Amino acid sequence: MAEKELMYGNHALVEGVIHAGCRFFAGYPITPQNESPEYMSIRMNEVGGVFLQTESEIAAINMLFGAAAAGARAMTSSSSPGISLMQEGLSYIAGADVPVLVVNIARGGPGLGNIAPAQSDYFQAVKSGGHGDYHTIVLAPNSVQEMFEFPRLAFELAEKYRNPALILADGLLGQMMEPVEIKGEPIDPKTLPEQDWWLTGCKGREKRVIRSYDLRPGKLEEWNWRRWEKYQKILKNEQRYEDIKIDDADILIVAYGTSARVAEAGLRIARQKGLKVGLLRPITLWPFPSDILSELSKRIEDILVVEMSLGQMIEDVKLVVEGRSKIHFIGHPGGGLPNAQEIYNKILEIRSKK
Amino acid sequence: MTKEFIIAGFGGQGIVSSGIILAYAGLFENLNVTFFPSYGAEMRGGTANCQVVVSDEKIASPVVVNPDIVIIMNEPSLLKFEPVVKPGGMLFFNQTLIKSKPARKDVEIIPIEANKIAEELGQGRIANMVMLGAMVKKTKMVSIESMKKAQRKRFERASEEQLALNDRALERGYALF
Repeated sequence: MAEKELMYGNHALVEGVIHAGCRFFAGYPITPQNESPEYMSIRMNEVGGVFLQTESEIAAINMLFGAAAAGARAMTSSSSPGISLMQEGLSYIAGADVPVLVVNIARGGPGLGNIAPAQSDYFQAVKSGGHGDYHTIVLAPNSVQEMFEFPRLAFELAEKYRNPALILADGLLGQMMEPVEIKGEPIDPKTLPEQDWWLTGCKGREKRVIRSYDLRPGKLEEWNWRRWEKYQKILKNEQRYEDIKIDDADILIVAYGTSARVAEAGLRIARQKGLKVGLLRPITLWPFPSDILSELSKRIEDILVVEMSLGQMIEDVKLVVEGRSKIHFIGHPGGGLPNAQEIYNKILEIRSKK
Repeated sequence: MTKEFIIAGFGGQGIVSSGIILAYAGLFENLNVTFFPSYGAEMRGGTANCQVVVSDEKIASPVVVNPDIVIIMNEPSLLKFEPVVKPGGMLFFNQTLIKSKPARKDVEIIPIEANKIAEELGQGRIANMVMLGAMVKKTKMVSIESMKKAQRKRFERASEEQLALNDRALERGYALF
């Protein structure tokens, strides 16, 4: 086993991005993710990549569009208000079927909000944050190790489906330190096979066009239905989750990211007291892990959703569960954090009504 | 065994460094660790704190609400964190700068003349090292050797003179009990 290094989440993300063979970063500063671009400016320089501090988030996302269309693994990171500014560009990228990586180290909102960790950008991330019918693939890390590992997975999924991917973390995952093991061989971007859609200069071949529009009658509808077929494949093949002690559970917690860490601490207290509590942690927020949750809801009567928001993922849980289980909720909007004791208390309350 | 820590004081007292050193020391002993600082709108002279978890099992939550052990470096932090220490826990406080007396009867109260000892060694700013030395002796969570190695990791670019002084401060704290 390789030696572990203590790293900030924001730094581990950068190492993961470089490890994944990405050599193009464009972004604009915002707390609580500033350590990422700061460190990225050093690392990109070391590996001969591009680091651009742009004049705005809007410039950054459109530079990603251009870089990725030309065949580069390209990424940006920002935090909630900055991600909002990127939505127009992200919609264009989704409409042009171009793979990029966008990382949201989310903070309290809405508006300028605050700089505390939050999960209130779930809707924006999974329901298409910009205009038009589209989805981004959304990964939710819950440790610094995953902050390192997920950029690679995100690029692989993005390229497999020619679709933008998003990593949705929060200020806690960016600012905390944990040991990280650097796994696998780093990817040399020169070894990535050229794709038949890359814009590499058309001298000597048919020209290629990347765009998000088609004004001919009926064509855009056709195009959208083809994208729908792609989404169906993603929904079928790419649901990812972690489950903890679900086999004998009669109460199931559903939580992702930081909330899942706290939920696991609550679960441990409950298990020590002999209560049969399980945890389902969605790793892909889109595609949402519907299959496993649907199965579990056929035998588990009570489901507790824990989120750092007013309740957003809970809507997807309800869609999947279709009334089979009772849905309970703990929410902390505006940068608030749940705690383990609170989760245990809620479990006791649910238990007492069984 | 899992131990949760909060280290608190004002900006410039080495609060964040103390947390990172403790986390590194845990890592060097193959323990699981998490470190989470208060972050963002912080400034020198303002309040600073960090949360550290050290455990021989996988750590679930990095969020510390009721710490087993607190290290308190200034007066405002005592007001804020004395009430939340877990019953049966330990409260280390910097007696040189804190004039109030902690009142809790259900936690072990450990006064340390951290700044006084640090000044005797020739440098007030290493008061945090004195506290850390005392803490590892009392809690036996990690060894003093790991702490010495960890401070060298944290201050990679410091002079050997400074690093040796940090070691001496750790030792002075360690020798208090």
